[in-house]
Amino acid sequence: MQQINFILSLADANLILSQRNAEWCGHGPVLEQDIAITNITLDLLGQARNFYQYAASLVNQSGNMPGNIATEDSLAYRRTEREFKNILLCELPKGDWAQTVLRQFFYSVFCKGLYTQLLQGQDAQLSAIAEKSLKEVLYHVRWSGEWVMRLGDGTAESNQRMKQALQFLWPYTGEMFMPAGFENNEIDLASIKKQWLSQVRSILEEATLQLPAGNIFMQSGGKKGIHTEHMGFLLAEMQYLQRMYPDANW
Amino acid sequence: MMQKQTLDIKQEEKKVWDLLAHITDPEVPVLTILDLGIVRAVNIAPHTLEIVITPTYSGCPAMDMIATNIRMELLAAGYQNIQITHVLSPAWTTDWMSESGKEKLKSYGIAPPNARQQVCNNDLFAPHEAVQCPLCNSYHTHRVSEFGSTACKALYQCDACKEPFDYFKCH
Repeated sequence: MQQINFILSLADANLILSQRNAEWCGHGPVLEQDIAITNITLDLLGQARNFYQYAASLVNQSGNMPGNIATEDSLAYRRTEREFKNILLCELPKGDWAQTVLRQFFYSVFCKGLYTQLLQGQDAQLSAIAEKSLKEVLYHVRWSGEWVMRLGDGTAESNQRMKQALQFLWPYTGEMFMPAGFENNEIDLASIKKQWLSQVRSILEEATLQLPAGNIFMQSGGKKGIHTEHMGFLLAEMQYLQRMYPDANW
Repeated sequence: MMQKQTLDIKQEEKKVWDLLAHITDPEVPVLTILDLGIVRAVNIAPHTLEIVITPTYSGCPAMDMIATNIRMELLAAGYQNIQITHVLSPAWTTDWMSESGKEKLKSYGIAPPNARQQVCNNDLFAPHEAVQCPLCNSYHTHRVSEFGSTACKALYQCDACKEPFDYFKCH
């Protein structure tokens, strides 16, 4: 059960962030970047599907849901807010472009560390998903990192917006490294955090931004199903069709 | 007797591979799924036929359609109990694309992927790959965007003939 919850937390984080980023579709600042963010969104959705398909197969093997066959769709569309285990960072509003690219950067650098560890783990399927995802995540790190530098070290306004985004998002970064009890014991969150801090610090410095200092309170709860006020609205939109017309198909 | 059976399976396998060579990528229709290197194995058992495929990108929307097209092609050829298995590891790379596939891409107007060991640099603000214009063959091109009309492509423009073009990016 712990392993299923762990996989679900990864699936949920990717799905919820892809749903958020998809709000940019048709609204990006310029066409090429609109296409870039939606391509990244598609990668996240594909990675979420791989995790959900694997979680569904484990749920069905476990026999915990008799008569009720779990599928990738039932896990994405039929679970309630309290059952979602994504970190809060992923569900926050998309905000302006600065907030979107900085959130993507924080999340992608975290995924890079996490998938690198999963890749070496015992679970062959999880390792295969991580191997596939990692190739895509490296593009995301580069794209979002370049944007953080471009805006941070850009005009007075872009710098100001990046500072605001940093101040808003920072308290949600701590949850990535807080264990929730379901992580498999091959995962070393402390070492992921160390690598994450080192890469984030160096990019922020290049971007003429300061890593927030001092003892900042870190928000948490997402991994345990306690979400922000934004989550219900997101799910209402994302799950509407399957709730209204169960099993509707193309 | 044993030898004959082995031979039959070999012939049968070749027949299946030949059928698979008819199936094209729905988004880049000049390429067959064999050109792309998506089909990893054909496994023939007494009552089942298993086709093992691997996705190009995790979110590639063409994969479901490709799986359906494989099934249709084989059903039409009289096969039954067709199983299509998706594998993720080893992860797909553009190095698996056939040379003839690269030729076809180029004549279609899409620059084929550069060899992976030469490029695929993930450093921030790394110099862009030198990509040859598929129309005038000039190397004086620049990247407009790393992301293009599909997950597998980037957007370039030629500085010599000024034409914009797609580059099937190395992955």
